Amino acid sequence: MNGTAEPDVVPEAAADAGSPVVPAVGDNATNGLVNVSEQKYQDAKAFMLQSSTQSGLNLYDHLAELLSNILSKRPGNIVDYFEELSKNVKKERAKASEDYIYDRPEKPNEIANAELETTLFKATDEEMDVAMDDDDAQSPVPNIIELGSHFQSAGMSISTEETYRIYFALKTLADTHPLQTVRFWGKILGLEKNYVIAEVEYREGEEEEDDEEQGDEDKEEDENPEDADDEGEEDELPKSTYKPPPVILKEEKGSGANRKSYFVCNEPGKEWVKLPPVTPEQIASARLIKKYFTGRLDALVVSYPPFPGNETNYLRAQIARISAGTQISPLGFYQFDEEEEEEEGEARENFIENPEFEGVSARELCDSSLGNWVHHVQHILPQGRCSWFNPSQKGDEEFEDEEDEDEKEEPDEPEPEVGPPLLTPISEDAEINGVPPWSVKLSHKFAREIAVAVVRSNLWPGAVAVAKDKMFENLYIGWGHKYSSENYSPPPPPPVMTEHASGPDITEVDDPTVEEEAALRAAQQEALEEEGGEEMEEEEEDD
Amino acid sequence: GSSGVILSPEEATTLQTALVLLKHEQKFTSVQYWGKIFGINNDYYIAIGIGNDEMYDRKYLYIKDCMNWGDLPILPKEAQEQARLAKGRFSGDPSNEFEHILIKQLPGEGDEIHEEEETVIIKEEDRLTTIINDISHEAFIVPRSAYIRTPTGMISKNRTFEGLSVTECTKLGQFLHFREATELPKKSLIDRANLDKSLDFLDSLEEDVPKGSWSMQFDRGCGVTLLKSLLWPGYVFYHVPHTSSFGSVYYGIGEKNIDLPFML
Repeated sequence: MNGTAEPDVVPEAAADAGSPVVPAVGDNATNGLVNVSEQKYQDAKAFMLQSSTQSGLNLYDHLAELLSNILSKRPGNIVDYFEELSKNVKKERAKASEDYIYDRPEKPNEIANAELETTLFKATDEEMDVAMDDDDAQSPVPNIIELGSHFQSAGMSISTEETYRIYFALKTLADTHPLQTVRFWGKILGLEKNYVIAEVEYREGEEEEDDEEQGDEDKEEDENPEDADDEGEEDELPKSTYKPPPVILKEEKGSGANRKSYFVCNEPGKEWVKLPPVTPEQIASARLIKKYFTGRLDALVVSYPPFPGNETNYLRAQIARISAGTQISPLGFYQFDEEEEEEEGEARENFIENPEFEGVSARELCDSSLGNWVHHVQHILPQGRCSWFNPSQKGDEEFEDEEDEDEKEEPDEPEPEVGPPLLTPISEDAEINGVPPWSVKLSHKFAREIAVAVVRSNLWPGAVAVAKDKMFENLYIGWGHKYSSENYSPPPPPPVMTEHASGPDITEVDDPTVEEEAALRAAQQEALEEEGGEEMEEEEEDD
Repeated sequence: GSSGVILSPEEATTLQTALVLLKHEQKFTSVQYWGKIFGINNDYYIAIGIGNDEMYDRKYLYIKDCMNWGDLPILPKEAQEQARLAKGRFSGDPSNEFEHILIKQLPGEGDEIHEEEETVIIKEEDRLTTIINDISHEAFIVPRSAYIRTPTGMISKNRTFEGLSVTECTKLGQFLHFREATELPKKSLIDRANLDKSLDFLDSLEEDVPKGSWSMQFDRGCGVTLLKSLLWPGYVFYHVPHTSSFGSVYYGIGEKNIDLPFML
């Protein structure tokens, strides 16, 4: 049978849906045997031309198209997936009619993103001319492309493409703000979008002051309670004995948990947003909850206990915790500044790079006793700060005299919290649930000369540090949560408040009945009659 | 790459050779790199060897040093249940044993409930098998119409698969779990009538509880679709729309995220 020529002729005759065409009677009558097979052929063909009641297609056309498809493409082993091809042909026929609906292709996000990224590359082009003259100018951005290759050999990094994009993004950041150092801190994954985080240090004196706005807000809030008090005086309500827990002052910029500032962006090329400094309350709350980041900075963090702030603050708190727990450097790279005087009771906070650092070989760094690595970020106390803040607001000198002094109804004086001092080796880190806090090994098993030492944190999965000789770097890539082999269970709600103790002034008592009142009055009259009768009678008349 | 997991150049080359050798020795139709499980001292690299039937004829193997493959045993169900009880990280040594203390409460004499402590010893190898099976069962996904059930009942790759379009990629229903369908029979007959028997024989992701346990992201605009599992953090699935390339890998510590309902 010819596959292609026939359909033109016969479908006109078979246009009525459902009814097979009866061939012209004339053919039947004239020729004998030949016509039987001819008629069978016509029957068969008519049957195949029957339009389906569902889709309006008919088998004949479909087979024709399918076979012509196969013959033109001639793929191998067709018989195995013949059904698939058949389906595809059907699908394409259905689609063909829709072609003229949209002319304009959708502008996918890919294009928008690519446009953003070209702006990244353009910015650096202009600099090239200027920077060429000024070889002495130190770029605050470290060479993260080189560092990236070290992390790649450690097996925990981001792709080279993305490293390049982040490098350019960091450069634009450094150009728009007066920064002393910029470092790629890492990447925190979120549900909808991820965060790329840069850790920066401002040049001295140049940091923007956005805290003043917060100070004004506090003042406004203070004024309102005063108005409420004025109204309260007219109608004395019992004063509540609730005192909110004392506010622990957050640490100043440049010290403790706020030592460095952080900028985030969702993707390299997008705008960098500065994260506000973190308060101790936020850190303490962040320790109690475990929530995924959505990727939107303004998202609310719905949790119990309620987190003071939105996702921006939660992100900042987690960054602070991760930095405190996992930022490490080889022993000797940093040292305390010996010119500073050490005050009693205060931990040393400042350190500088050791100019005489000779470098530690990768082998020594892989020593399983982990004595060659130290933390260079201060540990955060349970209070949420790095240095102890006494909420009852006494001066430091009075610490030892507290037993003698008079106090208000405060409970026992909270004990000062102490954390491990700066630059302690990581071998002192506590185990958690029987799991050692760090795993260390060489990056290359078979090429030891170029290997770097890789230290992975088991407490914060995703935190990694690499070092070799004079180079070292820390990085975090992960979801932003601490590891615990036990389940997380939220803290239980506080116990139900007890009722007010029952006493005579608030227990309900029935009002005295008339008889009781009369009896009482009679008793009173008797008592007064003993003293003097006439006054009583006058009173009775007045009533 | 953008999720933060990468094979170092050394790992990649050694694995490549090891996989090729494995395929030849064990006469698999194809061999895939399944992922890596981090242990404290050592990491495990896991591979799947696939025979003729893509779904049922699978065998898991692991290596530590990128050199010698070890078979992973197939455990009966009770042993798997027990193996799930072990907590804590993998150590990296397959002969390591975990101890888990089961407290059984048996009715003792009269009304007393007698508590017995039973120490169950679980081998790390068994635990490894169980975890890999669990992850494959709960997290391994493929795009719809990438695999076909042939009329003979075998499941094989669809050679005419041309990829999902970008809009299709945004729908969770276009991705299917690659496992014995457990949810399908529960659907009502009306729903099932519209399904395509050769393509829709797997559970789709829409039925996953809790809702939102998959995080979908696009990289490079809509260049690549990434689906990350939140139930097993570390499992990443990628697909390039309009092409037939897709794949998945697990890079993690091998522990289920039981806190997921709290975290969403």
